[in-house]
Amino acid sequence: MPTKTVEQKERVVVRFAGDSGDGMQLTGDRFTNATAVLGNDLATLPDFPAEIRAPAGTLAGVSAFQIHFASQDIVTPGDAPNVLIAMNPAALQTNLRDLEPNGTLIVNEDAFVDRNLEKAGYSTNPLDDGSLGGYRVYRVPMTSITVRATEGMGLTKKEAERSKNMFALGLLSWMYSRPTDVTTKWVEKKFNRKPDILRANLAAFRAGYNFGETTELFAHTYEVKPAPALPGTYRNIAGSTALAWGLVAASVRSGLPIFYSSYPITPASELLHELSRHKNFAVRTLQAEDEIAAIGAALGASFAGQLGVTGTSGPGLDLKQETISLAVALELPLIVVDVQRAGPSTGMPTKTEAADLLAALYGRHGESPLPVVAASTPANCFDTALEAARIAVKYRTPVILLSDTFLGNSSEPWRLPDVDGLPEIDPHFATQVNHDDGFMPYLRDENLARPWAVPGTPGLRHRIGGLEKEDVTGNISYEAENHERMTKLRAAKVAKIADDIPLLEVDDETGDAELLVLGWGSTFGAIRGSVRRTRRSGRKVAHAHLTHLNPWPRNIEGVLRRYRRVLIPEMNTGQLAMLVRARFLLDAESYTKVQGQPILAADMDEQITRRLTS
Amino acid sequence: MTTVGNGGRHGPDGGGGPGSGAALTLTKKDFASDQEVRWCPGCGDYAILSTFQAFVPELGIPPEQMVFVTGIGCSGRFVYYMDTYGVHGIHGRAPAIATGVATARPDLSVWVVTGDGDALSIGGNHLIHALRRNVNVKILMFNNQIYGLTKGQYSPTSEEGKVTKSTPFGSLDHPFNPVALALGAEASFVARTVDVDRQHLTGVLRRAAAHEGVAFVEIYQNCNVFNDDAFLALTGKETKGLNQIRLEDGKPVTFGPDGARCVAVEFDGTLRIADTADTPEELVYVHDSGHPNPAPAFALANLSSGPTEPTALGVFRDVRRPVYGELMDRQIALATEKLGRGDLGKLLHSGDTWVVEDGGVPVGSFQS
Repeated sequence: MPTKTVEQKERVVVRFAGDSGDGMQLTGDRFTNATAVLGNDLATLPDFPAEIRAPAGTLAGVSAFQIHFASQDIVTPGDAPNVLIAMNPAALQTNLRDLEPNGTLIVNEDAFVDRNLEKAGYSTNPLDDGSLGGYRVYRVPMTSITVRATEGMGLTKKEAERSKNMFALGLLSWMYSRPTDVTTKWVEKKFNRKPDILRANLAAFRAGYNFGETTELFAHTYEVKPAPALPGTYRNIAGSTALAWGLVAASVRSGLPIFYSSYPITPASELLHELSRHKNFAVRTLQAEDEIAAIGAALGASFAGQLGVTGTSGPGLDLKQETISLAVALELPLIVVDVQRAGPSTGMPTKTEAADLLAALYGRHGESPLPVVAASTPANCFDTALEAARIAVKYRTPVILLSDTFLGNSSEPWRLPDVDGLPEIDPHFATQVNHDDGFMPYLRDENLARPWAVPGTPGLRHRIGGLEKEDVTGNISYEAENHERMTKLRAAKVAKIADDIPLLEVDDETGDAELLVLGWGSTFGAIRGSVRRTRRSGRKVAHAHLTHLNPWPRNIEGVLRRYRRVLIPEMNTGQLAMLVRARFLLDAESYTKVQGQPILAADMDEQITRRLTS
Repeated sequence: MTTVGNGGRHGPDGGGGPGSGAALTLTKKDFASDQEVRWCPGCGDYAILSTFQAFVPELGIPPEQMVFVTGIGCSGRFVYYMDTYGVHGIHGRAPAIATGVATARPDLSVWVVTGDGDALSIGGNHLIHALRRNVNVKILMFNNQIYGLTKGQYSPTSEEGKVTKSTPFGSLDHPFNPVALALGAEASFVARTVDVDRQHLTGVLRRAAAHEGVAFVEIYQNCNVFNDDAFLALTGKETKGLNQIRLEDGKPVTFGPDGARCVAVEFDGTLRIADTADTPEELVYVHDSGHPNPAPAFALANLSSGPTEPTALGVFRDVRRPVYGELMDRQIALATEKLGRGDLGKLLHSGDTWVVEDGGVPVGSFQS
C-alpha cells in the first residue's frame, strides 16, 4: 500500500456538481454533517436549477452544492472552490470557471462520453484536449467502480449507477479525513426498509473511501483542524428551517398558536413544508388558493386571536400589498415573510436577490408605514423571526420579515439557545372595558398600540375595517383633521419602536477606521469576512449591519457620520444607499450586484481595497 | 323575544364554549349597533338587516361569539350595524378573511355578507374555495345585479344587453347563475331567497344557521337607485304568485294559481316547467335538498335564465360534509397524540447535533 502524507489546511472550499438526478444536494448535505461533527466551522450554499427535471446531462440540469470549512471562524460559503467534483461534462462546463487556478478537479471519467459531451457543448473531450492544463485533474471512473462494487446485490445496472454519489462522498471523506461513521449510520437509518439499496450505498461509499486510500492517484490526504468555538450544543441549520423554528418558538414564547397560510412559491414553500410538520405545536397551516387568500386568512386568524403569518417571495409580495395595507389600518399583529428572489416578475425563481426593500417599505398606496426586519445569516433567521413576532404582537402591526434565496438555502453551525432564555412575548389581550363610554378599540397604550380584543370576549364587541376610523372610537370617519391625526399616529407608533430595539453595533476593532461598510440582510457573511481579512492586511475598515430596516436604530446617523466614507453593498441597484442618502444628506457610496448570486467576500475585498488605497 | 338554551350552536365538541348551558335571553336590540344605518332610502338592504336582527336572537348565540366579515360594496356596511365582532375587509376577500377566523376558532359563529360584484367578480376565487373546503361560514350574498357603490356599472349577474354607465351600448357579458356556481363548487348548503319576503328569508336563514359547514345564500335585493325592480317578477303583488317556485322538501314542486304549473322530470334527467294537468303525477319533481347528487339541485338552478321568469326559491341543497376547521383541529389532536405535545427544546436538538465543551474542543458525542 502506498504511503500517503497528511497535509494541514486552514480552510477548504469544495463544490459538488452533477446532474440534478445525481444526488449532489444529498452528497453535500452528508459531507456537511461529517464536517460539522469534526468541529470545523462551516458554511454551505446549494445552487440548483429552476427546472424540476431538466433533461439529463444538459447545462440546465446541473445542480451544485458548495461547502466552506475551516479551522477558524468563517462566515461565508466561500468564493472560488479549491476542489470541484464534476459528475458529468455539463457540470464541468458550468462550474469550471469558478475553480481557483491550479485547483483540484475530480471528474467522473465514465460520464465523459460523446453524447454527454455534445449536450454540454464540448466539441472535443476536455479531459484529452489539454484545455484543463491549469488544474490538477483526477480522472476517476466513478460509475463503473460503483457498479462493480455493488455486483451481486440484486440491483439493476441503472439502480447500481445511482449510488455513484456515495462513491464521490466516500472519496472526499477519505481525502479530507472526515469521519465515516456519521455517514454509515445515516445510510443505515435512511434505508432500513430497503436492504438492497442500503447495502449498495454503503458499498459505494466504502469503495470511494478505499479508492482514495489504495490507488496511487492521490498522494496526500488533508486535515482541517477543528475551529475554536464557544461551549454548547451545536447543529447545522439552513435559513428556511431556522425561520420556521423561530416562528414555532414565537408561538411557544407567546402562547399564541401560529396560523401559517401560504401559497406555493419558490423559495418560500420550504417554510410551509417545515411548519406543516409541527402540528403538535398547534401550528395551523393552510395552503391557500392564492397569495391574496393566504394573507387574508392569516389576518383573519390574527383577528380571532392567533398569530397570523404568511410567507411568500417577490411576485407574491406584490399580490399581498393590499391586505398588508388593510392590516396597517386594522392594527393587528401579522408577519409577512418575503424570501426574496431575483425579479422583476417571475425573474429567476431559484436565484437570490435582495431588491424588495423598497417594496417592503413603500409598496402600498397611501401612507402605510410598517416595521421591516431582515435576517443576516441562516441561524439568525431564528432570532429575526422571534423579533418580528415580538414587534407584531407588542405594537399590533404587520411586520415584513425579509429573507432571501441564499439565506433560505444555505446553512451554518448554530449554537443552540437555551429555550428559557428566549424572549417572552405577552399577547396582552384586552379583557376589560377601557373607557367610561364603553370599549374603545383605538384607545392606545403608552406604545401607541391599540387593544387586541378577540371574539368571544364579553363586553368588548367591536367592528374594525379598512375605512378610516375615528381616533379612539374606531367608528368610520371622513373628518379631515381626524384623518391627518390617524395618519400621524400610525406613523408615530412605528417610529417609536426605535426606542425598543438595540442600537446599531459597529465592528471597528481599533476605532479608527476610515471606511464603514453598512450592510443589511444576507450580505453579512461576505462583509464580515472581508472586513476581517482586509483589516489584517492593514486596511482601516469597519462593519455595521442593520437588522431593523424600519425604524432604524436611534444611533444610526451618529454611527454613519463617524466615518470618512460609508459603503453600502447590496444585492439590488442601491435601495438602502438611496434611503441613507435621502435621509441624512450623506454621501454614502453604493456597491451593487444583481447576478442572482450572493455578494462574495472577494467582491468586498476589491471594493474595500479600492477605496482605501486610492 | 326568545329565550333559548344552546340550541343551534355547533361548537367543535358539540356545543361547548362560552354561553353553553346557561339560558340566554336575547333580543333584536342585543344585536343592533349604535351606528346610523346609511343605505339609500328604499334600499333592499334595510329589509334584510331588519329581518336578520329580528331572527338572530333565536339562535341563542351570545353576540360576542359572532363574527361578521364583509367586503366592499353596499353590502359591506352590514358589519357596522351588527353589535357583534366584525371585520370590514377589502374588495372580494371576505371569504378568505373569514376562512382564517373560522379555521382558527371553530367555536365562533362566522358570517360573511357580500354582494354580486364582491363575491362573484373580484372575489370569485375565494368564494369557490371557501365553498369546496366547507369552511364553517355562512355566506349571505346580496344580489342586486348592479354595482351600486360605484354608481351603476353592470355586474357579473347583470343580464346580457344591460345598458349601464359602463355599457351604453349594452353589456356583452353572459351573467353568472350564483346558485349553479355554488353547486358547481360543491357547496354543502345552497339557497336562494328575496329581500322583501320576511318569512321566506327567515326560514332560509334559520336553515343556513343550523347547517354545519359552509352555507351559501343568494338574496335577491332591490337597488332602487341603479337597478330598480330587477326582481319585480318575483316580488310584485300580481306577478310573484306566477313566478315564485317554492322548494319544500318531500313535496312535489308545483307553483302558480292552484298549483297549475309544475317542475317536470324529463327522460334525460333534466327538469323543465310544465302544466300540472298535462304531467303524470310520477313525473312531477319531488324536492330533496339532502340528495347526495347535486344534479337535481343544479337542474332546479337552471329552470330560469334569470329572475324575470319562473324561478326556484328556497334551499336547493343541504348535505353533510366534514367541516374544515374541525378537520384541522382533529389533525392537530392526532399529530399531538402521535408526536407528543410540542417541546421546543426537543425540536431544536432533534437530528444531528454535536457538543463543544469548555476549551472549545469538540468532543465526539455526536447524536443523530
